[in-house]
Amino acid sequence: MDIYLLFRKKGLGEILVNMNAPFYIAAMVAIVSTFMVVTRSNAVHALLYLIVSLLAVALIFFLLGASFVAALEVIIYAGAIMVLFVFVIMMLNLGPQTAAQERQWLTPGTWVGPAVLMVALAAEFIYVLSSTHGKLLEIRVIGPKQVGIALFGPYVLGVELASMLLLAGMVGAYHLGRRDKTNGVR
Amino acid sequence: MISHIPLEHGLFAAGALFLLGLIGVMVRRNILFILLSIEVMLNASGLAFVVAGSRWGQPDGQIMFIFILTMAAAEVSVGLALVIRLYHIYKSLDADSASSMRG
Repeated sequence: MDIYLLFRKKGLGEILVNMNAPFYIAAMVAIVSTFMVVTRSNAVHALLYLIVSLLAVALIFFLLGASFVAALEVIIYAGAIMVLFVFVIMMLNLGPQTAAQERQWLTPGTWVGPAVLMVALAAEFIYVLSSTHGKLLEIRVIGPKQVGIALFGPYVLGVELASMLLLAGMVGAYHLGRRDKTNGVR
Repeated sequence: MISHIPLEHGLFAAGALFLLGLIGVMVRRNILFILLSIEVMLNASGLAFVVAGSRWGQPDGQIMFIFILTMAAAEVSVGLALVIRLYHIYKSLDADSASSMRG
């Protein structure tokens, strides 16, 4: 069908949804903003780009039918964990001289080697994935109820282990952040 | 929602994000940026799990993502406490400043 007739009949929004444009736009936004995270010299700028990337990934989750995980991504990743990073950056009080030093560290000599190796790995990955033709994802919404039933059914041991991991993390963070009474910070 | 995304494209996105995070870990010397890149890598592996979970229409992928989220939270709390401790000792965020052991 002529694209103009299609446009007249269905409208731009429906065409874009049929072409899965939201998924591809979100994936591109995630990749570009992650690239900006890796290359920034200012820590706060990198953090803001990382939040954009996490929100884009949350949109991908929502489009894949994983609405509960999309909400968790926004609330816990982009909310709680990034706020932790913001707290630490504010606490360290990094000035403009750290950004200058960061620029000095990021010379082409340091990043060319790893980047070439990563490009080789990416080429291999793309080759392996493009040589197989899997079927299309049939998006079925898997709601919080199903996730909860599985989480507290077969995976209940994992939940217990996760709680112990969080306890260990809390104790470790408290111990490392504690000030020694004799000489300030050990 | 009528969307049919090929499985490979979701895995492409996850792989690209993971590789960018890996580049960040290998290239950056600032320990704060290394932690951020580790977050990117964990998030990308979670994305791969969710894509694979929706391929078979099972909730297991989402459950793995929840476990990854828990692990990332614990890792970040301990890692950032270590960053603060290192910064107080060495007055620098260079990962190389703590490369030698005492004793």
